[in-house]
Amino acid sequence: MSHHVLSLLVEDKPGLLTRVAGLFARRGFNIESLAVGTSEIEGLSRITVVVDVDELPLEQVTKQLNKLVNVIKIVELDQAQSVQREHLLVKVRVDNSTRSHVLEAVNLFRARVVDVSTDALVIEVTGDTGKTNAFLRVVEPYGIKELAQSGLLAIGRGSKSITERVYKN
Amino acid sequence: MTTESLPVPSNTRTPSRAPAPKAQPEVLTGSGAILRSLEMLGVKDVFGIPGGAIMPFYDELMSSTAIRHILTRHEQGAGHAAEGYAASTGKVGVAIATSGPGATNLVTAIADAYMDSVPLLCITGQVFSHLMGTDGFQEVDIVGITMPITKHSFLVTRPEDVPATIAAAYLIASTGRPGPVLVDVTKDTQQNSAPFIWPPKVELPGYRPVTKAHGKQILAAAALLAEAKRPVFYVGGGVIRAEASAELLKLAELTGVPVVTTLMARGAFPDSHPQALGMPGMHGTVPAVLALQESDLIVSLGARFDDRVTGKVSEFAPDAKIVHVDIDPAEISKIRVADVPIVGDAKEVIIDLTSAFADLAAAATAIAAAESATSSRAAGGTASTAPAAGVPELADWWDRLRELKRQYPLGYDEPEDGLLSPQYVIERIGQITGPEGIIASGVGQHQMWAAQFIKYERPNAWLNSGGAGTMGYGVPAAMGAKVANPDRTVWAIDGDGCFQMTNQELATCTINKIPIKVAIINNSSLGMVRQWQTLFYDGRHSFTDLNTGDGTIMIPDFVKMADAYGALGIRVTKKEDVDAAIKLAIETNDRPVVIDFVVSRDAMVWPMVPQGLSNSAVQYAREHAPEWEEE
Repeated sequence: MSHHVLSLLVEDKPGLLTRVAGLFARRGFNIESLAVGTSEIEGLSRITVVVDVDELPLEQVTKQLNKLVNVIKIVELDQAQSVQREHLLVKVRVDNSTRSHVLEAVNLFRARVVDVSTDALVIEVTGDTGKTNAFLRVVEPYGIKELAQSGLLAIGRGSKSITERVYKN
Repeated sequence: MTTESLPVPSNTRTPSRAPAPKAQPEVLTGSGAILRSLEMLGVKDVFGIPGGAIMPFYDELMSSTAIRHILTRHEQGAGHAAEGYAASTGKVGVAIATSGPGATNLVTAIADAYMDSVPLLCITGQVFSHLMGTDGFQEVDIVGITMPITKHSFLVTRPEDVPATIAAAYLIASTGRPGPVLVDVTKDTQQNSAPFIWPPKVELPGYRPVTKAHGKQILAAAALLAEAKRPVFYVGGGVIRAEASAELLKLAELTGVPVVTTLMARGAFPDSHPQALGMPGMHGTVPAVLALQESDLIVSLGARFDDRVTGKVSEFAPDAKIVHVDIDPAEISKIRVADVPIVGDAKEVIIDLTSAFADLAAAATAIAAAESATSSRAAGGTASTAPAAGVPELADWWDRLRELKRQYPLGYDEPEDGLLSPQYVIERIGQITGPEGIIASGVGQHQMWAAQFIKYERPNAWLNSGGAGTMGYGVPAAMGAKVANPDRTVWAIDGDGCFQMTNQELATCTINKIPIKVAIINNSSLGMVRQWQTLFYDGRHSFTDLNTGDGTIMIPDFVKMADAYGALGIRVTKKEDVDAAIKLAIETNDRPVVIDFVVSRDAMVWPMVPQGLSNSAVQYAREHAPEWEEE
């Protein structure tokens, strides 16, 4: 099994997310993460989905997704040719003896403290999956009270955009 | 996600709308717009049942002179009737239902159409927009329910969106790989008014079916065909949907390659043709099953390597290279990896493949002629005898296949209990009706026998539920086919189990003068399940007795039932009465006919490849496996 990052340009229609998620569920494809938001074109959304499949099933995933009438374009983004970011908010337990250690980790990872209370810090981390996982490993011993994590976002490097290729006519 | 409901994006970079028409467009209610859209699309017949949320549309429909509405007795019947209508003509079938249970009753037919790629347009009423999401009376999220079993589904909440949505739905249902599309229309949309603009602007930026195949792939396929020693054309329902039978015949005759036709493709290639090997699969003919299994090249045309055809996939046709032609890219390499994938419409691909092969053959013949100018055989080496380059090399292959055909013809034994043989009855229906008739079947043993023992000579003559295996398909599908083909004899060959699932449509047939003929192959049981119980569950016949047949209390009495429905009911128990009953049925056209053929319950469908086993394990009859060539 291996990770693949797919970027889907879709029409912003009611039930669109259900169609995509339902397709994954019933065909037995594994979604690792899913991020949905608007694109640069009004009425179109971009879905970034990370799937955990081998090469051949991946072909099935994209072909089946392409059959959805509201899916306009699918591109696989490989790590070298794209920028990939995850965003997480984590509430770490601290006390007077551990606070400085945690803050040190925050600085090392270029993370940010966004909320402070006497016994906890809320920390914001942005980075690729490797970085966010590494940060969590570092703060875990202090006690993670709560964790909220976004799906992976990804965009191709260079000046070209998926949308341009779709609407070049 | 917004709650915008248009099927058409307003944001794409298209030129602003065309010059304004001189006259103001007519203002219609949403329901009027549905009706007008259907009329503009050329729809002639629709099947359905009214109910609360679709009443505004039915009020409009009442006054239509262009569209005939047939009131069925169950929405499932409407769905299957629309399928039979579509499958027998290639046109889009239309079914209409109200919200809630009306819509859910369509679900089985929609799933059926999805599996068998039947162009079906379903229009359902939905509760008022302001009630949606509140669990209103007869509210069901039918768009959500049908998402996995439709090609696409739409919810319409504004009357101005009706024409474009109906047009888009019709387009999606009928193009590319055909399939069911559902349009759910709220009651307020049906009641409110908007200008009716036709043709509407249909924009589906994410829907672009490919029909013309890549030239390189065609050449690669032709080259494989020219080299193959044991090629087979594996023909599926796509050839029928693409209306490519004439083109297939040309290709087959040019190449001399044997042809197998799947359950969905019976009739795509004439059974009387010497190159026809019949049906492959679990209950296929031995020659068809082993032709695929032993081949070195399978050219799949509009087929999808269904598990009922391949048997154990890892052991399916181990020596074969695969050329896979399909209009749906997702079918290619889904089950078996294709060596040459070809995405395209079967008709166009077959035409291209034929000419590519002819070019190769002509070139080969020219070279052969030049090289052997001294040989006396070169005299016949002109381009007009192009297959000469390919055909002789298939001689060994054909020897093998002819031997299999000779050794393992389709056949059956007379039942030991002295009752009618179901295979005989079905065979006679086919022979007496002839190739111009239409046969719709239910699902089970009678379906397999009707696929095996009736010889099909033309496409669209055989209608059945292949992928979904929907019991109850037969009677309503025959009804739909008869509406579309009033001049053809249309049979429903049904089982006693299947018939009891949808026989209420006999009322529809009688009242609307749709004189179908129903042959109940009454073995008093859920026959196919019983066969598996006999073979694989130590003969423990768990809940498969229906008590409709010989030696039982016969509930219901199918003849009395026919009578109650105003149909002609006939019971046949003896072989000598079979022909007369079939002839009487064919001659009776003032009402439907139901023949209760009381047959033996012990007859089984053979040959058979037991589930999960390799096709090499095909059994010609119980405990009787044919010999095949070991590697």
